Amino acid sequence: MSHDAHSIFEERKDQVLRKGEKPYRMTCDKDSLAGAVSQRACVFCGSRVVLYPIADAVHLVHGPIGCAAYTWDIRGALSSGPELHRLSFSTDLQEKDVIFGGEEKLTKALVELIDRHDPKAAFVYSTCIVGIIGDDLEAVCRKVAREKNIPVIPVQSEGFKGNKRAGYHAACKAMFQLVGTGDIQGLSPLSINILGDFNLAGEIWIIREYFQRMGIRVIANITGDGRVDDLRRAHGAALNVVQCAGSTMDLAQMMEEKFGIPSLRVSYFGVEDMAESLYSVARFFENHDPQIMERTRQLVRDELSILYPRLQEYRKALTGKKAAIYVGGAFKAFSLVKAFRLLGMSVVLVGSQTGTEQDYRELHEITDDGTIIVDDSNPLELSSFLKEKDVDIFVGGVKERPIAYKLGVGFCDHNHERKEPLEGFIGMLNFAREVHTSVMSPVWRFVPRRTRALGAAGLMG
Amino acid sequence: MLLRHTPSEIKERKALNVNPAKTCQPIGAMYAALGIHGCLPHSHGSQGCCAYHRSTLTRHYKEPVLAGTSSFTEGASVFGGQANLVQAIDNMFTVYNPEVIAVHTTCLSETIGDDIPQIARKAEADGKIPKGRFVIHASTPSYVGSHVTGFSSMTKSMVDYFARFSGKRTDTINIIPGYVEPSDMEEIKRLAAEMGVKNIMFPDTSNVMNSPQTGRFEMYPRGGVTVEALARTGDSSGTLALGKLASSAAARALDIKCKVPCEILDLPIGLNNTDLFIDALRKMAGVSVPESVNVDRGRLLDIITDMHQYFYGKKVGLVGDPDHLVALTEFLVSIDMWPVHIVTGTPGKAFEKRIREITREVPHEVNVGAPGDMFLFHQWVKNEPVDLLMGNTYLKYIARDEDIPLVRFGFPILDRVGHSYFPTVGYRGGMRLLEKILDALLDRKDRDDPEEGFELVM
Repeated sequence: MSHDAHSIFEERKDQVLRKGEKPYRMTCDKDSLAGAVSQRACVFCGSRVVLYPIADAVHLVHGPIGCAAYTWDIRGALSSGPELHRLSFSTDLQEKDVIFGGEEKLTKALVELIDRHDPKAAFVYSTCIVGIIGDDLEAVCRKVAREKNIPVIPVQSEGFKGNKRAGYHAACKAMFQLVGTGDIQGLSPLSINILGDFNLAGEIWIIREYFQRMGIRVIANITGDGRVDDLRRAHGAALNVVQCAGSTMDLAQMMEEKFGIPSLRVSYFGVEDMAESLYSVARFFENHDPQIMERTRQLVRDELSILYPRLQEYRKALTGKKAAIYVGGAFKAFSLVKAFRLLGMSVVLVGSQTGTEQDYRELHEITDDGTIIVDDSNPLELSSFLKEKDVDIFVGGVKERPIAYKLGVGFCDHNHERKEPLEGFIGMLNFAREVHTSVMSPVWRFVPRRTRALGAAGLMG
Repeated sequence: MLLRHTPSEIKERKALNVNPAKTCQPIGAMYAALGIHGCLPHSHGSQGCCAYHRSTLTRHYKEPVLAGTSSFTEGASVFGGQANLVQAIDNMFTVYNPEVIAVHTTCLSETIGDDIPQIARKAEADGKIPKGRFVIHASTPSYVGSHVTGFSSMTKSMVDYFARFSGKRTDTINIIPGYVEPSDMEEIKRLAAEMGVKNIMFPDTSNVMNSPQTGRFEMYPRGGVTVEALARTGDSSGTLALGKLASSAAARALDIKCKVPCEILDLPIGLNNTDLFIDALRKMAGVSVPESVNVDRGRLLDIITDMHQYFYGKKVGLVGDPDHLVALTEFLVSIDMWPVHIVTGTPGKAFEKRIREITREVPHEVNVGAPGDMFLFHQWVKNEPVDLLMGNTYLKYIARDEDIPLVRFGFPILDRVGHSYFPTVGYRGGMRLLEKILDALLDRKDRDDPEEGFELVM
């Protein structure tokens, strides 16, 4: 692996794999190396992004101002009703609070918020400092809950207690306190909860509509366009349909243990995965409703008949182009690999911040020889891989975007900053259009790297 | 109505910040550190802090922002972060090869009491710091001050760690530009060069946070003040510090450490404040003002006079950082606009007093919030509407809900470009600000005027 000599830490060598060069062996799920410019975030970040789309709850960040400021409306999660989640609430801890404790301030803040906004519940996020000064979050929450007669739920999301995944777990534990507290009488046996969709750009509305056409009732959105009362009766659903396995799988497991609700792992990205997700849900309900599979097939046929002809045009232009993927959770990477394949493109680099052993094994299986697979990468590594593989488009999040652009490589934001829905059949079309727009953009002609390459080719010719 | 949950009735709040008009110290320290050439900022805390700061700076500048983190775990939080930091220093020098690592602390590492200089000495004793390379630090707990004070602390650290008096004074002037954009730093340097003043600017993020597209990913772009130049600041004959909150600590430290006299001015935003800056620079360096600078000034004045009828009596709501707001308010008042709601998230009593002085002649009640937040600001706007909003991108919620034009100004600007390339300081920056203000007001007028009031010529 001589090409990596300058850009990879010795300690990180077994977190990078080139498929085909050696048998599969990869290390992951370990703490980031101190000093590495990791793209990862913290526990609080994980909890915050999962819970905040619950739109009729107040989300109070107990800590200094930064944690609240950086996560104010961070994800663009849409709501069809109340939008309390788009405000930023913080106890804005000051030095004296750190010395004397912030419990009193927290109590006051909660009371004031609940009095003003009359929310259905309150989530209180713990931050690093709260973990250190030892405020008794649970006691404060219990007290205020009694006084105000709404659920006030502590989220144990001290930043240093792990990475984003630990934050997902804390969020699931917090939500689980609500599940099972509502009335489930009269719920349809053909009902599900949607887990792991955050309604970016209105995506959950697309997915709900599919299920509706299949004859399935959605009880709770977890958490995009989410509501507290829906969560409280989520245990009335027959099935949990879980996307983004990392973020809400824990909740599904807790619900399975306590309420016996089975779950299915799905992905709404790309044609194959989207269709298979609907089919798997239909299969689950086939005993209750023998016609459901036919309705689902019809739905997929209808959608594909619109989608395919238009996809072919993009495919023609994009065939042979090369893509790189670096995302937060690995689940998304699977779908993206398949989606790029559908567009005739090859994936030459794929990585994630928080993938598990199982995730990477699966990625290793579905990718082509020569593909670089990487865990918890950093800009220096990423940029050297992008150059080496001469990619046409990079799919990532906010911190990856400028790296691509500086190198003169196309980019597609598949994270918080996506502007169009990328889920569902329509989402595949949007994705293809976005990829096409960026890859085929004439602006890359001006990029010095390309100009030099053209010049060199001219000289050689 | 994104902010439909904001009621117009105002109740006193003591324990709660809603929609902050500030953020925490470390991001300011990170931004300042990026103004040193070849510097890798390092966040001594949990991973999330570093990720948030990098993301926010990236969103504001549309540039890659690199920084290391000590990646605190539960163990580090109990037993201290020394091992993490020593390892981080070793790793960073080995792989990223920076000239300087600028460590800033976080609420976590401050509270558990990590002593950064002691840890850096340990790293040095262990041979982890290569010869001619440096580790500097600033103490920036997130529960004190704001991003502006974090910037100030890291800027002061540059003096503490590098400035020295060699025994011989030079005719160079130090310029501490304040928490401004790379474009602003560039413009201030241009003005100084135009006047023939040799200067050292620190920090200097121009050509770091507004670097050109070269087809290459450069970990350390061309810009930034060098360590060697920082050392020479101790020999300079004077320091001009712009922006009291962001720059005076460094200027005073340099005075005490190396006896370099300093003058502390408001940011050179608008006609008067730029005049004061040019005049101070002229006197300090013993030069005269060249015709080219006079021409710039005359052009700014020309716009002011040509268009004054569109300024007067226009009510403005401002949200931002103290140094910016002091200078901007002065500029707006000087052209007969009425800043009536002014909010900063950064605590400080002197600010309110200054704003009261500047707005004394405004024939309208003026609300000043220091510290305040955007929720309070929105309530004020609901009760007393304004013609124009000026502030960072988060104001767009209020602008949309209340249908008021917005001029983006300050930090962060997450949804527009321009601020990294075009200044708002100096006479030219003043012209740009007026262009933006007029565009916003006149576009609105063109949209809303009745037919009989719609004019071709304005």
